[in-house]
Amino acid sequence: MAIVAGFVIFSSTASAAVFSPKTFTLDNGLQVVVIENHRAPIVMQMLWYRVGAADEEPGESGLAHFLEHLLFKGTKTVKPGEFSRTISRIGGRDNAFTSYDYTAYFQRVAAHELETIMRLEADRMQNVVLSDAVVLPERDVVLEERRSRTDNSPAAQLREQVRRALYLNHPYGRPVIGWMSEIKNLTTENALAFYRKHYAPNNAMLIIAGDVTVDQVRVLAQKYYGPIPKMAVPDRVRPKEPPHRAARHVVLKNRRVNLPSWSRTYLAPSYTTGRKSGKSGKSVAYPLEVLAQVLGGGSTSRLYRKLVVERGIASNAGAWYRGDGLDYGEFGLYASPKAGGDIEALEKAVLEELDAALKEGFKAADIDRAKRLISAQAIYARDGLRAGPNAIGQAFTQGQTIADVEEWPERISAVTAEQVMAAAKSTIKVESSVTSILLPEAAK
Amino acid sequence: MKMYRICAALVPAFALAAVTILALAGPAAAMEIRKIVSDKGIVAWFVPDKSVPMIAMSFAFRNAGSATDPDGKEGLAEMASSLLDEGAGELKSQDFQRALEDIAAQMSFGAGRDTFTGRLRTLTAERGKAFGLLRLALNVPRFDDQPVQRIRSQILASLRRSIDNPRRISGQLWSKTIFPGHPYSKLSNGSEKTVNALTVPDLRAFVRDRFTRDRLIVGVVGDITEQELKSRLDAVFGDLPATGPKFEIPEVKPASSGKTLIVRKQIPQSVVILGHGGIKRDDPDWYKALLVTRVFGGGGLSSRLYEEIREKRGLAYSVYAYLSPMQHSGIIAGGVATQNARAAESVSVIRAEWKKLAENGITAKELATAKTYLNGSFPLRLGSSRGIAGMLVGIQIADLGMDYIEKRLSLINSITLAEANRVAQRLFRADDLTVIVVGDPKGMEEKP
Repeated sequence: MAIVAGFVIFSSTASAAVFSPKTFTLDNGLQVVVIENHRAPIVMQMLWYRVGAADEEPGESGLAHFLEHLLFKGTKTVKPGEFSRTISRIGGRDNAFTSYDYTAYFQRVAAHELETIMRLEADRMQNVVLSDAVVLPERDVVLEERRSRTDNSPAAQLREQVRRALYLNHPYGRPVIGWMSEIKNLTTENALAFYRKHYAPNNAMLIIAGDVTVDQVRVLAQKYYGPIPKMAVPDRVRPKEPPHRAARHVVLKNRRVNLPSWSRTYLAPSYTTGRKSGKSGKSVAYPLEVLAQVLGGGSTSRLYRKLVVERGIASNAGAWYRGDGLDYGEFGLYASPKAGGDIEALEKAVLEELDAALKEGFKAADIDRAKRLISAQAIYARDGLRAGPNAIGQAFTQGQTIADVEEWPERISAVTAEQVMAAAKSTIKVESSVTSILLPEAAK
Repeated sequence: MKMYRICAALVPAFALAAVTILALAGPAAAMEIRKIVSDKGIVAWFVPDKSVPMIAMSFAFRNAGSATDPDGKEGLAEMASSLLDEGAGELKSQDFQRALEDIAAQMSFGAGRDTFTGRLRTLTAERGKAFGLLRLALNVPRFDDQPVQRIRSQILASLRRSIDNPRRISGQLWSKTIFPGHPYSKLSNGSEKTVNALTVPDLRAFVRDRFTRDRLIVGVVGDITEQELKSRLDAVFGDLPATGPKFEIPEVKPASSGKTLIVRKQIPQSVVILGHGGIKRDDPDWYKALLVTRVFGGGGLSSRLYEEIREKRGLAYSVYAYLSPMQHSGIIAGGVATQNARAAESVSVIRAEWKKLAENGITAKELATAKTYLNGSFPLRLGSSRGIAGMLVGIQIADLGMDYIEKRLSLINSITLAEANRVAQRLFRADDLTVIVVGDPKGMEEKP
């Protein structure tokens, strides 16, 4: 019954602590994290697998997400639909989500029902049973999901094209939900093969948050997840991007577009790949996070102030940074004209303001405010059960550690104005970007 | 099944404070709701909580939502909600925004049909400044020309952007069809014409007439003492006018149109809304209706509609039905989105289920499961300060009483199958359905 291999407790007295999680690892390699929060008698379970859309083979896009749907279709001992019916009967909520680097399942229930959900979730790590009778209708459901999310919306169609253009070689370029023609060809056998290849305790992290103790969780984790055997899982080695040498432009014209919009997305380092000299605290991601805030993170940001407030040429404008990818991150700019406004004049103005900002730099007071705003999110994140498991699960599946999560506010606070400018200069390069424009098309 | 208990505890030290302790399934997690009254008479429900160094406040002004927008000025409440944090007191727009960001406080406002709502979330350390900014926003908003024009142009841009959004089209046609001529059919975001007609005097009148103490409801959760909260409440709300003009919104019975209306759009998926009149929150049948609707099309991954539409037939990713109670009406509505070739099938399956529910009702087992769901899911809302503050306001708006959480369990558990099925028959009337479809559904005809 030895379950304590590498038992680590992150001290809650450390000044940097955000969620103060406690962790241990089962003999089969399953990492378990407990975030105690006793303010209400509720508990949340999240199980994160280190597998997502970027782990699919070419031609089978959408498989990771499709399999996520199929995990609700029953096991050797649980009938199709019974999982969710059980959660519903006890008043719980359950669902799942898939991205490029992870697939995650969660339930939120009254604290005394923790054992029920741990039993059910552990069961479907190994025992899923699939047949065409349940798989084929679910494939239709996923096709409808794709129509809802993407095909019914010109803006969503354009975002899909942008990804395809941004990534010349890496699978981040395909849509998580998959291409219509490839989803239609996914089979029961595809799903089962993917499941057997990736779903294993040593490829997962179990996170329990809420009104529980680490001792309770240790007993239940050992009982339900402990017996699942360790398995060889593939390394996550994905095709890398070649040098980006040419700026790309994509334009989508559609009769259903009534207001044009402009955006530009740059390939950027992520928290994981932006590390300098291998040290995670030194990742260029931290200054990029501050840059996105000070350049375009809200109504006092540089782009909004100049383009929307002062020049009045845009109805909205801003910047964002997505740093959580295992292999790459993205930095983006966006702007919309006023109703009836001209998209070319807008693009010119955005680029003028971007150039000016990078030339002049930012005021110390603006950088400080941006850092405070970002760091305050860490306190607000402690209000509620979901932010902790989300942050830690994403870190685990995307090459980060719990320490990275806990030290995040301190590292943001340590960012200097010089680092922000250096990160901007190394990331904002037009040759590694895609500019996208959504335009109305005149009726014929 | 563990249950809620309430121990009504007396706190003699505060004559005005009624204190309720919610013992939430265990001694470790008692939640104490206090009703406090400030010196100037502001009433708030308050849950002290020191687990995170922050404070969350929710508030609402009743009879102040978009249904009260004057004719020809539709979009007023919505526009006001975007302008309160765009300059107030001595602080111009950018200064106000910067002041909020300097302390990382989060302030937001929203216009519902019946109520105008606001939220404030602040770190405890910055509470003085945060409450001060909220006081300015509610009492002395500036409505300077520049931010008014800027917000107007943002609203116009967003109206323009969503002209062809199928969900927006279906929602607007739905309201127009089910509430013809009634304020509930007003476009809450307005139209290009009405948004252009809104003036600064309109905005000032909006604030003066609607932000009145007799309309106000407040819920606060977090790390602050009762004594201090009282003086903060006085500062924020205490100088608002005691009362203002009443905006008459007549009671309305939603149309039982039986119509099927199709807005033809060349998109791959048809978006459907359907429904008819429901019941109001204060209807004695409310909990029966809630249980029956939960069985029929409640949220989550199991319901009759989910089973028939999604699990058995793969017709849709999302299908649901819900009760929507309003101050002056109530509806039951559902929705689905299906590829054009099978949209007719989706609608006819839902219609058949609608009819079946009225005729055959639900089973004892379904009722039991719906009860355990409603009881078990309730505490899940109590996981965050914001969630709790919102609930404190919701309970007060619906006038459910401080003992609501205690009563709720027995109100639900006491319902019999016969009662539930009587209400199923009363509530579900397939022939009355108004069906709105946006898309290019094959083999479907309009029935105007």
